[in-house]
Amino acid sequence: MSPEFIQGIVVFVLAAFIGFEVISKVPPTLHTPLMSGANAISGITIVGAIIAAAFADGAFAIILGILAMAFAMINVVGGFLVTDRMLEMFKKKPVVKK
Amino acid sequence: MTALLYLLSGVLFILGLRGLGSPRTARRGNQIAAVGMLVASVVTLVYVFDQARQSDALSVLWWVIILGALIGGAIGAVLALKVQMTSMPELVAAFNGFGGGASALVAFAAIVATDTIVGADVQYATETEVTVALSIAIGVVTLSGSFVAYGKLKGIITGKPVALPGGPYFNLMLVILMTAASVWAIAFNEPMGYWILAAIAVVLGVTGVIPIGGADMPVVISLLNSLSGVAAAMAGFVIGNQGLIIAGALVGAAGFILTVQMSEAMNRSIANVLFAGFGTEGAAPIDAGDKPVNSATPEDVAIALAYAQKVIIVPGYGLAVAQAQHAVRELATALEDRDVVVEYAIHPVAGRMPGHMNVLLAEADVPYDVLLDLDQANPKFPHTDVTLIVGANDVVNPSAREAGSVIYGMPILDVDLAATTVVIKRSLSPGFAGIDNPLFYMPSTLMLFSDAKVALENIHDALIEL
Repeated sequence: MSPEFIQGIVVFVLAAFIGFEVISKVPPTLHTPLMSGANAISGITIVGAIIAAAFADGAFAIILGILAMAFAMINVVGGFLVTDRMLEMFKKKPVVKK
Repeated sequence: MTALLYLLSGVLFILGLRGLGSPRTARRGNQIAAVGMLVASVVTLVYVFDQARQSDALSVLWWVIILGALIGGAIGAVLALKVQMTSMPELVAAFNGFGGGASALVAFAAIVATDTIVGADVQYATETEVTVALSIAIGVVTLSGSFVAYGKLKGIITGKPVALPGGPYFNLMLVILMTAASVWAIAFNEPMGYWILAAIAVVLGVTGVIPIGGADMPVVISLLNSLSGVAAAMAGFVIGNQGLIIAGALVGAAGFILTVQMSEAMNRSIANVLFAGFGTEGAAPIDAGDKPVNSATPEDVAIALAYAQKVIIVPGYGLAVAQAQHAVRELATALEDRDVVVEYAIHPVAGRMPGHMNVLLAEADVPYDVLLDLDQANPKFPHTDVTLIVGANDVVNPSAREAGSVIYGMPILDVDLAATTVVIKRSLSPGFAGIDNPLFYMPSTLMLFSDAKVALENIHDALIEL
């Protein structure tokens, strides 16, 4: 295995542990927005889509690139906007939850 | 430098996720995560520009990036801004499917690129090819699985569990076939194997989700969300990008923990949700025609409510479908004017998604402090005069207390302990679990058969005239 690949595994494992730790006890009220927000972050694959689209070679690769870009953008833009819309409704009221 | 900026975006994602876990900071958290995404995207754009500048052979196809971004951005924005709050769960499922699909496409683009740019004889290291296969498999399962979940929530596909021939073994067989296709693709350097892999993965997404009942879709969407994170991380290995690996692993793990918490809210394990075929036995048509039911008019209900001291409202999916959140709020205000104490009991999985009811009631300006969760609400029911159930079914089904019922063990709201229970529902039809609800036939239960919004407005009008 190349050093880069091993380094990737290290990063993967450490990031996964942070992911486990960061979601502690979340009140059920926030399960929906949290799921939606995490879903938007999984749109990070837009990074891969940009690279795939930028250096696409040949008609087929270009189609793949456009599709990857469009799919990732739907996930990112839609995901963050819809999460914000949900949370906006919570914000109007004072939080008096015990 | 690029790697450090990806690290920055990863840190912003972590801060964002942590913010999303608490009501006070949730909106800020989402915005921080969005900034993280912007950082990652800009860094990548600069990176591709820089790569092209350093090499004569490469040039950046900006129009491909921009065209794809415009199409996707427009679709995403329109869907997100147009959607009604009630349809939120299926929209999240759809967005998630697109994310998984994008990861699979990135992996496909990578194998196509090696074929065309560097020639078929130059190939990736074996471990990278394994991540190509994983990226495609997980991404495509996420894509097709999310759209089955979407269909179930929209009612296009039956919400009832659909039994597969051979049950879970059918899907196990698909996984074995996928492994075989991957081995063929990798060991024999045969790109066709990846396409076969993708084709089987489409089937697995469908057959993996379709046996699961509609009531469990929130858990399934959350799990698919976790998977789409893993798919993104695998795509990161394919193209050697740490930004993707960090964020993908983060979402994979956070999504998984959230899935566990959601399952716990239903007192079930994830394995039970995925493989139990919840409610399959009860899916037979229910013969309820000859059992006596106390059918009530809006006026009857208004009188019962008007002379109560304590009322607890239990909202369910019916409230969401009827867009009745404002109507319920108006009724509650009218009752409060008569010095009736009104509170709301929210089951963790009421509606189609955890927190769904809270979002809707927040939209109607219902204050937080009258929303009770399961543990707060249950001790109060014995001292409650009237519980008003608006379009909820399985979460108030007393058969969850009886061993042998398919929903045995699921925590429920003990609404039947109140002096009078009013159920607003369009018919006696079963909920997502597909079983009958004995609550409807209890002597202390009044059934008001109507659309939730119409019923609440009629009760409100009757109450004003009293």
